[in-house]
Amino acid sequence: MKNIARREFLLKSGYLSIGFSLLGCTQGSNAATPTPLGEAADFSLDPQMAPLPDGSRIDAWLQVLENGQVRVLTGKMELGQGLKVVMQQVAGEELNIPPQRIDVLIADTGRTQNEGVTAGSRSVERSAMTVRRAAAAAREYMKQLAAKKWETDADALELTPEGVKNNSGTILSFTDLLAGQQLDTEIPQDVSLKPKDQYQWVGSPVPHPDLEKIVRGDAVYIQDMRLPEMVHARLVRPPVYDARLQSRDQAIERMPGVLQIVENGSFLAVIAEEEYQAVKAADALQKSAQWESGTALPEVRSWADYMLEQGEKANHPAPASGNAHHAIYSKPYVMHGSIGPSCAIAVYDEERLHIWSHSQGVYNLRATVSDMTGIPEESIRVTGVRGSGCYGHNGADDVGGDAALIAVAFPGRPVRLQWQRSDEHQWEPYGSAMRMELSASLDNSGRINSWRYDLWSDGHSTRPRGNAGNLIGARLLAEPAVFGGSGRVGGGTRNSEPYYRIPKVDVSDHHVAGPLRTSALRSLGAYANIFAIESFMDELAKKAGKDPLDFRIEHSDDERSVAVLEALRDLIKSEPAAAGEGLGIAFSRYKNSASYCAVAAKVRVDLEQKKIRPLKMWAVLEAGEAINTDGLKNQTEGGMIQSASWTLKEEVKFDTQEILSKNWTEYPIIRYDAIPETEVVIIDRPDLPPLGAGESAQGPAGAAIANAVYAACGKRVRELPIERYLFGS
Amino acid sequence: MQSSKTSLQLSVNGQQYTLDVDPETPLLYVLRNQLQKNGPKYGCGYGQCGACMVLLDNQAVMSCLLPVSAVTDKEIVTIDGLAAIDGSLHPIQQAFIDEQAAQCGYCTNGMIMASVALLTRSKDAGEEEIRQALQTNLCRCGTQSRVLRAVKQAQESMQ
Repeated sequence: MKNIARREFLLKSGYLSIGFSLLGCTQGSNAATPTPLGEAADFSLDPQMAPLPDGSRIDAWLQVLENGQVRVLTGKMELGQGLKVVMQQVAGEELNIPPQRIDVLIADTGRTQNEGVTAGSRSVERSAMTVRRAAAAAREYMKQLAAKKWETDADALELTPEGVKNNSGTILSFTDLLAGQQLDTEIPQDVSLKPKDQYQWVGSPVPHPDLEKIVRGDAVYIQDMRLPEMVHARLVRPPVYDARLQSRDQAIERMPGVLQIVENGSFLAVIAEEEYQAVKAADALQKSAQWESGTALPEVRSWADYMLEQGEKANHPAPASGNAHHAIYSKPYVMHGSIGPSCAIAVYDEERLHIWSHSQGVYNLRATVSDMTGIPEESIRVTGVRGSGCYGHNGADDVGGDAALIAVAFPGRPVRLQWQRSDEHQWEPYGSAMRMELSASLDNSGRINSWRYDLWSDGHSTRPRGNAGNLIGARLLAEPAVFGGSGRVGGGTRNSEPYYRIPKVDVSDHHVAGPLRTSALRSLGAYANIFAIESFMDELAKKAGKDPLDFRIEHSDDERSVAVLEALRDLIKSEPAAAGEGLGIAFSRYKNSASYCAVAAKVRVDLEQKKIRPLKMWAVLEAGEAINTDGLKNQTEGGMIQSASWTLKEEVKFDTQEILSKNWTEYPIIRYDAIPETEVVIIDRPDLPPLGAGESAQGPAGAAIANAVYAACGKRVRELPIERYLFGS
Repeated sequence: MQSSKTSLQLSVNGQQYTLDVDPETPLLYVLRNQLQKNGPKYGCGYGQCGACMVLLDNQAVMSCLLPVSAVTDKEIVTIDGLAAIDGSLHPIQQAFIDEQAAQCGYCTNGMIMASVALLTRSKDAGEEEIRQALQTNLCRCGTQSRVLRAVKQAQESMQ
């Protein structure tokens, strides 16, 4: 029989004497290998481990550990997008070390550079390219050190995983070579990179280092972190954004295990010794709490109509008639819907605050928590730990702020705050509803000669960047922080310009201050803009009597666009479509500057049974130099399936009093009965810089499905989600 | 208010535990906190997403709503109990790695437990039966087509 109490005791004693390591409580894993959580659980209240080197130096990005292992330090977060394996590949390649042997440390204000937010598909384009240069510089520097020692020519030396090797086969280990020093020199501007034709690992499907730990049930996520003396917290949120707390049951304090109720204005949380005690107390608190009703939410029947009525007006004449075509599209609010509700751990010693968080921007969260609590930034450390996939700005930052508020009210012990499902569903910032209105005319040869596009949207990013008002918790306090607003349209304009050759193009955006909280959701406005543009392209192709794929190629200037479209044609050319089935295609270049993606969808529509089944989806992706071909495929397959779910099924529902989409029954997403088979082809262009690819499939996948639905049943659905508008709700 | 803890026996991955817990506590919290199991995840607490799945007498069940007092006579298996004593992975676990059938991996626990239960009762399950067995498991990264490939690959390796 296992003695749990004894294990806990040992952990606690370990804490007292030697500081804290989570490695001691992971089971079944090789204790010699640092786990991501082993690193994250470095339980130091020192805001900074040591002064951070300047970002122009090698050791800001790459260090040699005492055991000779090489560690990459990135200011970006692993979100499930595969950041860590890409870092392993680019560093390992330059150093001739197998990627699996490179350790990767993700964003931590105490240890890594400030690389802003892990967003916009920029981590490979920027952070990985910096790490590549740092690794190349490290290789050259260590060769030079060894050359000096051996009094030989650096060019005669090579790097091996064990150290620097000379041509007589003698190896000098990295640790002996550096003799306690770090790689503290500058990365030369003209550092020479390994020739790409000598690559062993970059461009290959190297597996992700965390997956074995995940399938073994090791501690990988912030939700799995257990700190000594840790207590558990749960929130009780108002029924709607700005409802204020009137009263609550004071007896909750006496429930079993309850340590403290944190009440500040309408911010309400319970702290208990055990997690389920916190859950029960929060339930009781929720039932007893009385709220002053907040601002009523509007009744909305159609987002296309609502956005037009409430938004800025378009100031140009009605669309021309004649050979013109005109259409209005819309999308509702859509949620990130992380499978794991957001979670954070915070500990405060009345001076210093340490937060473990799955935020996409640890430095920004630090600045914002500082603004909220008044604790100086220098006394706060935010350490990034993997969470559930976020797909943008979900509850990660908010829960970090909430945990900070609770920890400050309850100093001395680490507080683990796990949001409940309804907290995430009702309070995460959604992707904004949008209205897209298009008109275009064709010339006599059936080519587009003019194009007008108007979009209506709320802002697409309210990420915290130092203003406490961007955190929900801060807005609920007795002295509430002021929210600065969601900005004017913001990323709503992403991909609003068509990536086609059209003589006359007119694009305007119109702001709408929508009723629901919004922020960045994977691809921002690009999803809806491409859904509209690429649906419209099919409508125009039909009007011109042309094949939709030919029609797109006819309007493409860019040979790389043509290449993905032609490759897609090859993939689907012999694909049959039975009665009730349809094939649709779509294309976009993400942000009109990142990767190229052409998607095809085959769906079966059963109007009687009111069912749409996506049967198969194909994509051709060209993202310049492919670092990890399987990672690109995984992102593209996942993007297509997620987009299929958004497009067919999803919308946030609410009445005047509250958000109704509180759980997966009231906000259904795609399940296995509707999962399409997927096939992705990567066009690798090692001669070109790598381009962001994690968001490229969202837009074209949505439009390809809408076009396939049209092909299957002859109905053009312009308002999302398709199932509601095709079948009625 | 008084604490309502009682002493319960639990069998997890072949080991017997005696625990002092509130008998209403859902099995999920006991596994994660008292037994420090990382596999079963809190996803929704409503039995809607499958992230918390464990095996109960070889059936995949959600542990987020199940009171611990209801399972004292059952054999519970968690994902860390699937590998052999020598550490070699169950064919389903291996297939998830081979197919890289995850992104964030938060749902992977449930996907694997549901697949293990399926192949235990129906090793030759066809496409629709596999989908049906995984129907309660949500994935937000969109890795389901990979998961389907992984289950089929495991079926082949288990022949």
